[in-house]
Amino acid sequence: MTTVTTPANLQTTGSSNDSPANIRAIEATGIEKSFGNVAVLRGLDMTVRDGEAVAIFGANGAGKSTLLRLLSTLARPDHGSISIYGRDMAQGSETARLSLGAVLHSPMLYGDMTIQENLTFFGRMFRIPELDARVHEVAGRMGLTRRLEQRVRELSHGYQKRAALARALLHRPRILLLDEAETGLDEPARRVLDGVVAEHRGAGHAVVMTTHSVERGIAESDRVLVLAGGRFALDEPSSGVTPADVTGLYADPGDA
Amino acid sequence: MAPALATIWTLARKDLLLELRSRDIVLAVVVFALLVIAIFTFAIELTPSRSRDVGPGVLWAAIAFAGVLGINRSFAIEAERDTLDGLMLTPVSRELIFFGKVLGNFIFITVAEVVIFPVFEALFNINVLQVETIAIALLASVGFSAVGTVFAAMSVRVRSREIMLPLLFLPTSVPLIMAAVESTSEVVNGGSWSDFSEWLQLAIAFDVIFVIASAVLFQFVLEE
Repeated sequence: MTTVTTPANLQTTGSSNDSPANIRAIEATGIEKSFGNVAVLRGLDMTVRDGEAVAIFGANGAGKSTLLRLLSTLARPDHGSISIYGRDMAQGSETARLSLGAVLHSPMLYGDMTIQENLTFFGRMFRIPELDARVHEVAGRMGLTRRLEQRVRELSHGYQKRAALARALLHRPRILLLDEAETGLDEPARRVLDGVVAEHRGAGHAVVMTTHSVERGIAESDRVLVLAGGRFALDEPSSGVTPADVTGLYADPGDA
Repeated sequence: MAPALATIWTLARKDLLLELRSRDIVLAVVVFALLVIAIFTFAIELTPSRSRDVGPGVLWAAIAFAGVLGINRSFAIEAERDTLDGLMLTPVSRELIFFGKVLGNFIFITVAEVVIFPVFEALFNINVLQVETIAIALLASVGFSAVGTVFAAMSVRVRSREIMLPLLFLPTSVPLIMAAVESTSEVVNGGSWSDFSEWLQLAIAFDVIFVIASAVLFQFVLEE
């Protein structure tokens, strides 16, 4: 049985080369997911390595959010397997969640609690040591220090997104999952988000993002994936991809 | 405190904090239960013997129906802002999330009972504030919380959750409601522990079975 939980014994693609670029952060094989009679994902294979930023594009309903919910352990695939640092999530996803930080469509924060209360609560769930200092550190990074005592319900959409990003980064995850995280953000907030993505890549960690901003996604990623018809229609290094290559592959999922 | 207990308490304390801010749950439970009890006091000509006959049934029907409202609300709060997903993204086992929610719901129902019992006693003029009835109330609250929590989790993503939860919760809770009604009836009619020990045993068995079964079921209920 695989019990891979620490960087020291992470599963790698090669037996002798343990550089971050070869460590498989996420490995998904034959992923299928349907909702009722609608097949959303049809046998996806996907590998994301440490230090790699992957941008996933696709039309509305192509399955981007479904894929991120699967990767974040919020949903189970009907078929196929997902491993996080070599640990098969079907064998138990609690340890894998220590490595995952996710910003999905909703901020996933309690509206009647302040940002500080929210971050402290989620920090306790992750059993983060020296939590108070960490909360202030992450809040400072997100430009939230002056708003820590404000209830989430009273914040603008942009600040709620920043708070969601702070929640996702609190436990220092090695994999960052961002589902259209830039939506609704003003330019300063987008710069904060860009900085977080760049820092995460720079630290040798993995980023998986979905976005409708094609130029931005290509610029910020190492690899581009396009979901169409429940499969990846494109999987190429970002350096060789143009926005037209991406949008040309968008397909109406109803036609798939 | 053991890490698991600390996590359960962290979850329950979060629910208590949210309730202190919104006062949605306890207020809804208390107001609904008191309305039911008040309506019965007008509908029935209450003589001392009739109060003792129908009172326990009215009391526990009111608490059971009101409890559904409260438990439904405690999960609706998690659904409104997808915070249930936020909880599921943490490395905490689903069982601990279940026990945290059960503890929160148990406290809400118990606090509501602290208000409901004296008002019921005053309106029906029967003495329910006794050690025996308090023990029955605690046992009933445990069972209601466990069953309610798992069914609320099951209903939370359903469009008609307000209908779904009572349809699942009330039939399942019938043995517990019967045990509570019969035990309370014995107490208000001057019975001793031994007179309703079988009903107490039923309530204890219900709690043990449904707490364990609900904890196991909870993790599957949350899976997409």
